[in-house]
Amino acid sequence: MSEGQEAPRMPEESGVPDAMDYMHPLLKKSYGNWDWHDRPRPGVLHHVAKDGNEVWTVKAGTSRQMDVYTIRKLCDIADEMAGGHVRFTSRSNIEYMVDNAAAVDPLIERLEGEGFPVGGTGNSVSMISHTQGWLHCDIPGTDASGVVKSLMDRIHGEFTVEEMPNRVKITTSCCQINCGGQGDIAINIQHTKPPIINHDLVSNMCERPAVVARCPVAAIRPALVNGKPTLEVDEKKCVCCGACFPPCPPMQINDPENSKIAIWVGGKHSSTRTKPSFHKLVAAGIPNNAPRWPEAGDIVMKILAAYKEGGRPWERMSEWIDRIGWPKFFEVTGLPFTKFHVDDWRGARSSLNASTHLHL
Amino acid sequence: MSTKKPDTPLLDQLEDGPWPSFVTGLKRLANDEGKQYAPVMKSLLGQLEHSYETRKGYWKGGTVGVRGYGAGVIPRFSEVADKFDESKEFHTIRIMPPAGFHYDTGTLRQMCDIWEKYGSGLICAHGQSGDIMFQGCSSDNVQPCFDELNELGFDMGGAGAGVRTSMSCVGAARCEQSCYDEARAMREVVNNMLDDMHRPSLPYKFKTKFSGCPNDCTNAVHRADFAVIGTWADDIKVNQDEIKAKVAELGRKGFNDQVVNMCPTRALSLNDDDTLDIDNESCVRCMHCINVCTKALSPGDKRGVSILVGGKRTLKIGDLMGTVIVPFHKMDDDDDYEWLVELTEEVLEFFAENALEHERVGEMIERIGLMNFLDGLEIEVDPNMISHPRTSSYIRMDTWDEEVEKWNARKGSAAAE
Repeated sequence: MSEGQEAPRMPEESGVPDAMDYMHPLLKKSYGNWDWHDRPRPGVLHHVAKDGNEVWTVKAGTSRQMDVYTIRKLCDIADEMAGGHVRFTSRSNIEYMVDNAAAVDPLIERLEGEGFPVGGTGNSVSMISHTQGWLHCDIPGTDASGVVKSLMDRIHGEFTVEEMPNRVKITTSCCQINCGGQGDIAINIQHTKPPIINHDLVSNMCERPAVVARCPVAAIRPALVNGKPTLEVDEKKCVCCGACFPPCPPMQINDPENSKIAIWVGGKHSSTRTKPSFHKLVAAGIPNNAPRWPEAGDIVMKILAAYKEGGRPWERMSEWIDRIGWPKFFEVTGLPFTKFHVDDWRGARSSLNASTHLHL
Repeated sequence: MSTKKPDTPLLDQLEDGPWPSFVTGLKRLANDEGKQYAPVMKSLLGQLEHSYETRKGYWKGGTVGVRGYGAGVIPRFSEVADKFDESKEFHTIRIMPPAGFHYDTGTLRQMCDIWEKYGSGLICAHGQSGDIMFQGCSSDNVQPCFDELNELGFDMGGAGAGVRTSMSCVGAARCEQSCYDEARAMREVVNNMLDDMHRPSLPYKFKTKFSGCPNDCTNAVHRADFAVIGTWADDIKVNQDEIKAKVAELGRKGFNDQVVNMCPTRALSLNDDDTLDIDNESCVRCMHCINVCTKALSPGDKRGVSILVGGKRTLKIGDLMGTVIVPFHKMDDDDDYEWLVELTEEVLEFFAENALEHERVGEMIERIGLMNFLDGLEIEVDPNMISHPRTSSYIRMDTWDEEVEKWNARKGSAAAE
């Protein structure tokens, strides 16, 4: 390196920062010393520490993808009304902490006045967890942000009250990799046609053995097309999952008409009462109908209404269905039951009814 | 060309309705004349509208990074740059937040100022792994932008086949159900693996998540290769006066319906005097009764963690839940946190050495069997690791007597403690 030239800056490998440096003083004061909590109203949590310290938390929904002006507005509210600190939840809600009950209502009024709905606590429908979609992903079948915005506009009322049997966690995923994860209701892209292959590009863009290995049903094999090495898909075997598309972009799986939306129910992560469970398919073939996805929304609203009507206090979606049975679920939601609901993937036999427990 | 404000009749429809609109935010940035990002965001809106029209995505990956690190930037190059030139490079910088997503507004404002200078002005709080995602940066601006965020005290998150950014629940900061110091555990565990995050060469991604109790608010059981979930090993703590108050609130039928009868192991019984009888031997620590009776019931005093490994989403063999490899370990002192850090390191090493390319921890265990995994880590088998013993007789068991001796020795040493 020549004299006078500065060495390039190397990163400070500081890792995860210390949460204590950013935490609201009210929380820091009673860290690890909380005693109990209650919920004075939807959107508000009240925690009491063993040392008598009390904190009221007001939770509000955001759009997750936020411009700097929105974040600054959220900061202004925190500076003026909540001690200059906030925290986010894993579902992109923002939380403000205050030290007295009288500060709660003005804070709610301000947040709602600025367009941030207050809610998402207890047995409400919380913000939909979601992924990047057309805005930023390299393999998306839909736009999660748009699906979520459209659905939350319709679910908004259930975010702001606590009237469901128990909490409802909804997720969306823009492809079958399912980045949105398991949910009480999951709204996910489901492809219905094999990939369309641009054979001119495969040999330059794809590590072919890695793509072959990626296929869950061994439907991909090396081939020569027009004298060029490429890949071909056995379309009888193909399950249209799209796993080949990320490592090999010339194997286009996304299709404006044939990439549909499927809806799944009964996913649950907590070990509360029942063990964690995966969500199960209930509806498919739903059009990927940007910009408002009305057909998918109709089905979600139908499922939510049936659960709200039929679920007993504290039953999650999966527990409600466990009790009433799948025949009743399809009856009360009006959704058709088809041969595609019967699983045939590995381990599928455990999903069959090996008993005479019947709902007749 | 694309520096003109694009017509976005489809996206415009996402500005209606009561929920906060991301489109309004995008437009605010696009119309912020004089700012370096305004033309970028005009172009970006054009491309997004094009996606809404054609129902297809138009981003491809590539290679973009910062000095010293091999991951953390998600490169995005437009496939329709001929039409939307200004946003042809729209990379994401993944930054690790503090455990529990706590912020002071000064820090958030500084992040906004940095991002306004170098990026699109669009920030995602937060990604599914837990990153703050600064979305939309040109290739040239990635390095100076990261340098300033790094100077602010923040480090690059994970991407690709490496250790990923982690997440913890609010935990001890504001929850009486917290069974360990989640923020400390997350920070110590992740910061011990930074080399495998920033210079990744693992078979595939490795995710950790930290939940303070079995309510598992970070979804660790399914969304982490290595899930740390708080629990307790002694009796549920009961305040019988508060139980009586809860019975008065819900009524006896209500209390029985909502608390007693929902216990998964029939461990609860309401006494004639409206106090609660708990069969703690049968309790599986599901949290239900504690969630309902937040004043009356709480986790015991002997608190610690359970470790479950192998959770993952669909690719390639289907979704897997994590399964137990450590039923309980106390989390009282420095040695306990050191134990957790070492265990994570051992699991990561075993994964690095034994997984096939693009295979997650859960898939590796599915392929080799849990016993080979436990043997490799020198973890002793425990009945809490299974739902039930094997039902297939197709197993060679000629070392049965030796295994029985191990069990007896373990039971003997446990009794001696």
